Amino acid sequence: MKKVKMVCAGFGGQGVLSVGQLIAMMAMNKNYLVSWMPSYGPEMRGGTANCHVVIDEHDVGSPIISDGITHLLAMNQPALKKFLPRVAPGGVIVANASMVKKDESRPDIQWVMVDFYQIAVESGNQRTQNMAALGSLVRQLEGFSESDGFNIIKEKFGDKNPEMVEVNQKAYTLAYHN
Amino acid sequence: MSKMLMKGNEAIAQAAIAAGCDAFFGYPITPQNEICEYMSKYLAKSGGAFVQAESELAAINMVYGAAGAGARTMTSSSSPGIALKQEGISYCAGAELPCVIVAISRGGPGLGGILPAQGDYNQATRGGGNGDYKVVVLAPNGVQEATEMVRDAFLLSEKYRNPVMVMADGVIGQMMEPVEINTDPLPKFEKPWAATGESQSRGTRNVINSLFLNPVDLENHNIALRKKYDMIEENEVQVDLYMMEDADVALVAYGTPSRIVKSAIEEMRAEGIKVGLIRPKTLYPFPFKQINAAADKVKFLLTAELSMGQMVHDVRLAVNGKVPVYFYGRAGGMIFEPKEISDAVKSHLGGE
Amino acid sequence: MAVIFQKTKGLTDTPFTYCPGCTHGIIHRLVAECLEELDLLDRTIAIASVGCSVMSYEFFNCDAIQAAHGRAPAVATGVKRVHPDKIVFTYQGDGDLASIGTGEIVQAAHRGDNITVIFVNNAIYGMTGGQMAPTTLPGQITTTSPYGRDVTKQGEPIRMAELMAQIPGAAYIERVMTADPVSVRKAKRAIKKAFEIQKNGGGFSMIEILSSCNIGWGLSPVDALKYIKEDMAAYFPLGVFKDKGAAQ
Repeated sequence: MKKVKMVCAGFGGQGVLSVGQLIAMMAMNKNYLVSWMPSYGPEMRGGTANCHVVIDEHDVGSPIISDGITHLLAMNQPALKKFLPRVAPGGVIVANASMVKKDESRPDIQWVMVDFYQIAVESGNQRTQNMAALGSLVRQLEGFSESDGFNIIKEKFGDKNPEMVEVNQKAYTLAYHN
Repeated sequence: MSKMLMKGNEAIAQAAIAAGCDAFFGYPITPQNEICEYMSKYLAKSGGAFVQAESELAAINMVYGAAGAGARTMTSSSSPGIALKQEGISYCAGAELPCVIVAISRGGPGLGGILPAQGDYNQATRGGGNGDYKVVVLAPNGVQEATEMVRDAFLLSEKYRNPVMVMADGVIGQMMEPVEINTDPLPKFEKPWAATGESQSRGTRNVINSLFLNPVDLENHNIALRKKYDMIEENEVQVDLYMMEDADVALVAYGTPSRIVKSAIEEMRAEGIKVGLIRPKTLYPFPFKQINAAADKVKFLLTAELSMGQMVHDVRLAVNGKVPVYFYGRAGGMIFEPKEISDAVKSHLGGE
Repeated sequence: MAVIFQKTKGLTDTPFTYCPGCTHGIIHRLVAECLEELDLLDRTIAIASVGCSVMSYEFFNCDAIQAAHGRAPAVATGVKRVHPDKIVFTYQGDGDLASIGTGEIVQAAHRGDNITVIFVNNAIYGMTGGQMAPTTLPGQITTTSPYGRDVTKQGEPIRMAELMAQIPGAAYIERVMTADPVSVRKAKRAIKKAFEIQKNGGGFSMIEILSSCNIGWGLSPVDALKYIKEDMAAYFPLGVFKDKGAAQ
């Protein structure tokens, strides 16, 4: 597996920290080395949130990703603007098509534009946009299958919030096959 | 216990509970709040005492009281809060009380910032409090190691009757990594000296004190402490050497920067530059001998810190002029990238 | 031969380091007698503070912890939380408690910690040579108020018992004095009550004791006792300021 240097970014409340955490849990379950580093402090209070997830077979190295992002989840335009310059050539951007405009100046990147809002509405709960994003991200991750993400949703929310598991999984699946 | 994905701060707190921490005294400060929060939620449940103190000053003095009364006790804070605790840490060192202080460092001076930094190396290893004393300082570079060092810290503190600090930068406090916490019971050291109240049935009064008005007594106390520190320096140094066997250049880094440096080493090795890493895991006692020995085999050393240069002075003391010791640092919450380290190494190589 | 008087078991044989005429010695004896009479000596941890009574850990015949200046209540909290069944008291002067340690004393009461505070108010920093304290009376001459305490610049003396009584967590607050045999006996009753409250889990108690510093005040021991009675007690009224137990 190639080292994954993923950044998940968006507004506070869009659930990007959870997306990163779920991916970190998936990686842990596969016995990869993984770190999850959130933004914290005033940066969070400013209304934006992001987390860095590094996955590797041998050594995570720095848990902070300063450049060479392999996967960027951009849930809004400011998130794209902030992190686009740090995405490595050949990297993947999974973007929330309802809020993010594709940047034509980076044809060296694989753009995956998905309307997470639309998928969430179809799933029956607007708050599942981040689970849709998880679906699109997992689809792009080497070494992870559809069921890895599907199962991790139950592992994470199963105890606390069983009724949310199903609708989250629905949004996840719809996005995965989008 | 199986692996769990845990935030450094929460893992540290859980490791302390697993290590038999009887009492925790804290005060909110970013980026260590999750330690207090976790303790308030779980320590009482496991039979321990949790107090949110009115200040860091009060918290460390509660630690002093609880430790003096024989408890296994801990406090945690971040840089400005650790500054406030120095009075109590000096008292704990003077009265030879075992206790654990967790420091999740941020940028300074003053109120500084809340992002990760290592500007408190001097504060930790030189002691911000008054008098001739030393605090054992353990510096983890990941969540798993942080939990192991918390356990070690309790052991060392009781073995030597000395305060032990676990100093991690804000990255380690805030990030999540898979962790497996050691839940084996940690042996409890006998504390026949503790002020537990039973003076009459014991037949002797136990007094916890750091006051010696007679200069002869105080000097004897200072000498005894120094002997203890000599023992600690002899026996407790921990250092990690990485790719040092054939290295032409030694990088020295601790905490999160050591991981960034490791990434830089891999990149440089791919280019044929033979670089290795010396990572002090104990900042006090410092691996003087190991670094001195390494200096015989390399062209130069470069210390990388999230500060304007603090540990580098210890590295220079260790190298003692054998070869140059360079420094690269970022501060204020800015964190260097592997490329910055490689560039620094290359610039010094090119300058020869 | 019948024993008509003997020293309390609550004190060690170490000679006091207090100046002749100072009433710290009397207060030590009262505390020690109460601990002995209530059979608490084998379960008590004294917290000594910084000031003239810094060496009190040498005098009370029980386990003791010497605390940093002003921090005795925090130290007491630390001890009490890990030994809730033990008796923990602090012995603090007015510089320690009413100046550098205001945060700690207020917050220990605020938490309602089940400890006893013996607060010796002699209106001066005795140990360091007679400087002005927060409790120094208006016009009183000290080494740092050489022209007399000027309340326009140095404030009016702080009445700790009244202040502490306002804190919801405080269970028992009383002010007494050691100026004559009658007031000494009353002081002992107050101290005993405070320890009984702690013994019964009643919560935070503080006994403020107006005490003399004849050396620091520049008075003879007899005049110093008169000063307690006539000057100090006029500004710091005696009495019970809070009694949660009685209110219930």
